[in-house]
Amino acid sequence: MILVWLIAVPCIGALLAGISPRGRELRCRGVTIAAFAINLALTLALWIMHPAVLRLAGGGAWFAEFDRAWIPSLGIRFHLALDGLSLVLIALTNFLGLMAAAASWRDITEKVRFFHVNLLWMAAAVIGVFLAVDLFLFYSFWELMLVPLYFLIGIWGHEQRLYAAFKFFIFTQASSLLMLLSLLGLYFIHGRATGVYTFDYGALMGTALSPGTGMWLMLGFFVAFVIKLAAVPLHNWLPDAHTQAPTAGSVILAGLVLKVGAYGLIRFAVPLFPAASAQFAPVAMGMGVASILYGAILAFAQTDIKRLVAYTSVSHMGFVLLGVYAGSTVALQGAVMVMLAHGISTSALFILVGALSERIGTREMGRMGGLWAAAPRMSGSLLVFALASLGLPGFGNFVGEFLVLLGVFRMSAPLAAVAAVSLITAAIYSLWMFQRACHGPNSEGWVIPDLSGIEAAIMAGMISVTVWLGIYPGAVLNVTREALESLRPDITSAVSSKR
Amino acid sequence: MVRGDFFILLPLIITGGAAVAVMLLISFRRSHLATATVTLVALGAAVISVICVAAAAPRQASALLILDSYALFYMGLIFAAGCAVTMIAYDYFERQTDHREEFYLLLLLATLGSAVLVSSNHFASLFLGLEILSVSLYALIAFHRERLPSVEAGVRYLILAAASSAFLLFGMALIYLERGDMTFFRSTQIASGVPAWSPLLLAGTALLIVGIGFKLALVPFHMWTPDIYEGAPPPATAFIASVSKGAAFVLLLRYVTLFGLHSGSVQSAAIAAIAVASMFFGNLLALREEKVRRVLAYSSIAHMGYLLVAILAAGPLAAVAAGYYLVAYFTSIIGSFGIISVREGREGGGDAVSDYRGYAWRHPWLGGAFTAMLLSLAGIPITAGFVGKFYLLAAGLESSLRLLVVVLVASSAIGLFYYLRIIITLYGPPEAERQGAAITPAVSLAGGVALTALTFLLIWFGAYPAPLLRLIQAMVGG
Repeated sequence: MILVWLIAVPCIGALLAGISPRGRELRCRGVTIAAFAINLALTLALWIMHPAVLRLAGGGAWFAEFDRAWIPSLGIRFHLALDGLSLVLIALTNFLGLMAAAASWRDITEKVRFFHVNLLWMAAAVIGVFLAVDLFLFYSFWELMLVPLYFLIGIWGHEQRLYAAFKFFIFTQASSLLMLLSLLGLYFIHGRATGVYTFDYGALMGTALSPGTGMWLMLGFFVAFVIKLAAVPLHNWLPDAHTQAPTAGSVILAGLVLKVGAYGLIRFAVPLFPAASAQFAPVAMGMGVASILYGAILAFAQTDIKRLVAYTSVSHMGFVLLGVYAGSTVALQGAVMVMLAHGISTSALFILVGALSERIGTREMGRMGGLWAAAPRMSGSLLVFALASLGLPGFGNFVGEFLVLLGVFRMSAPLAAVAAVSLITAAIYSLWMFQRACHGPNSEGWVIPDLSGIEAAIMAGMISVTVWLGIYPGAVLNVTREALESLRPDITSAVSSKR
Repeated sequence: MVRGDFFILLPLIITGGAAVAVMLLISFRRSHLATATVTLVALGAAVISVICVAAAAPRQASALLILDSYALFYMGLIFAAGCAVTMIAYDYFERQTDHREEFYLLLLLATLGSAVLVSSNHFASLFLGLEILSVSLYALIAFHRERLPSVEAGVRYLILAAASSAFLLFGMALIYLERGDMTFFRSTQIASGVPAWSPLLLAGTALLIVGIGFKLALVPFHMWTPDIYEGAPPPATAFIASVSKGAAFVLLLRYVTLFGLHSGSVQSAAIAAIAVASMFFGNLLALREEKVRRVLAYSSIAHMGYLLVAILAAGPLAAVAAGYYLVAYFTSIIGSFGIISVREGREGGGDAVSDYRGYAWRHPWLGGAFTAMLLSLAGIPITAGFVGKFYLLAAGLESSLRLLVVVLVASSAIGLFYYLRIIITLYGPPEAERQGAAITPAVSLAGGVALTALTFLLIWFGAYPAPLLRLIQAMVGG
């Protein structure tokens, strides 16, 4: 039942925010923050309690479950389940939701109510995606996520918001429809083979597929997830959407939407089609490496600071793709670690960059410079997250990327070597960005207010979480190990049978 | 005709009687409220009578009509849609001045024609129903006789519908020549005895498809749609888009189910080609339109193309898929035109997409409802449209119609673009001169009730479709 609450709290929050009276923006913001805080507390309570109390008998790695009939005639159930992987990602969702709501305090002054409704609605859908283990339910949440995001970009975005919103929606929706076809294909193949027509994840997991069919169905899922994850060559929507979205929208996009794609790969694409995934793994890993390098190079070529940060996401998410298909628990854990750490560090960068460009009215790095003296706290935070993003030890990003490289190295040393180059390129673009923004002469004579109290609090929270992930990754690794191990054997056995 | 026949024909008798009553009422006393109320009560009674007589189904009433659960389900849907259109029309015409009562008379007649159509089992009743429907539609479309586009649309529909009726008649004659019988039922029996399709039968069926294809506005018989959607008063358009097309589709589905479409036959290939063309052209042409009603007109072409997938699928899921999709489509399209009609009645102005800029900020509830309707048409989850589309895809895949399913998916993705464009315009920054003008009230009671109910149903059918699915399964699945 607690799983239903995790989805219901943001929904109730959205309702309350929506009906709060006109002109009482404070109440609306308060409701939103309260909803995220309650949800975060629930998630953390689950996290702390999990080892002792919440083990479902015979339920694999699931901690909690909720299962009701929904559309019986098609074998569709309202089936939610939580394991370690879902748990950490839901914690991330609520944390970033809280940060996004706080960051929009100054940023969003028009249509405040509708903004917060969308933010909460979006969070509810993302949490639903992380919890659903019925494929139809999963698809519903998956799609539901798009509409509020479309509004967030299209209504509160920057100058080219409509173009970016359209591009985002059509890219993702078209790919989702492919996934829908695959999903239905799997449903019918499973139904014909066993006589049981069901969308249940556990039941569909063992479906026997001919290699050709398996590959096509897998590709349907893969394309949908990889478009969300924004791996080269399907990353095209990302720079526009991230750059044009308002700060909170960028936080959601970078912190959650990309992670949803990675989650889909880990939870569905690979375990449902182990053989096809193993066959496809080299291509996927190639895409991962290509994303790492291509994203880094393009990031370096940007003059728009927000676009730069957007391209770094492509690069970092390449690590996730690499880790998912490397076929070892270590790499998979590394991928999850990258997801969390990147979610926080990139979101923080977007908040900082958003605050900066709002103050000086431009995102062009050519016009920045010398801001350290003008806004030391802001510049300091920017430095911290630039360092985190480039993979400095002590931050979560380092742990994640290191584990991925470790896992990949065992499978293919050359790939690991090429991917490791990114540690250099990341250092180049991160430091370059920081240097251009904060060092050098303040040629335009910027005098800007430093971080406000709320912004400073956001930064303090985000820095402490990143550092915590970096110095005590065990907290995450322990809680996700069991889940990832239960998702892994399919990968390794299939990969090793291929070898 | 025996008593049982009269009983089972009760829904049709009520509607027909109401038409007479409304006519008499108008000739004695012109009252918009009274006329609309009588219409609404009669249609509501017709819905209830459908439920009452369901126990006596199936029954063949005379040689012409069969009232099985299939017919009764769609009759109920048509009458319910008629209720919604009546309420929207009341909201719309309350703001007009002259000759508004006749609208309800024509509406009742058109509803009657549609109900006859879905229960027809004989070429004669088919033609009868179609003509009652068409003749009423001519007048409904041209109802604003002082407005040129409306009259032009009416005349256009008159000419094209007459031509299509001629095709239909000729097709019937050819089939009669071959079979010597005009009932659907008997013809099937003969069909099973007749080994091959003779040229006469083939030609007759082709002409029949042309006639029905015109009613459904399938490519290449779609030319009339945008102008008529644009010219007719919005409540009439809501009726054409939903009931008139739905009834023709239900008839086609019955005919095809009875005769059986052999996969690989010429007919199924032709229908598949029409479906593919409708899906693609409908969605592509809608991209180029600047007016909301024309966009919806082209989108309706695509939606009828989607529905043809259910006709071709013909598996156990297909009938349910078609039923669910029709319910979802009725709800969303009547709702959409309901909002267009409410807006046009109050704000006036053009029908361009840009005229809707900021509408959702001026009227949050109406804007939200319109958003929900458009998302349903686009097939986004927790709206009825998604479940409908999901069922269609499932039915198509069940029958291994890979090409059609892929086309459905691809063209839906194209279709998203124009729905999204309208939605985002609703939430765009309002124009400066509009900002000051507060229009109160946003919607009248009747219109508000209808739109609230439609939105509620839309979400309900999308979020918890199990009860409706059970009903459809029981009524049309068998």
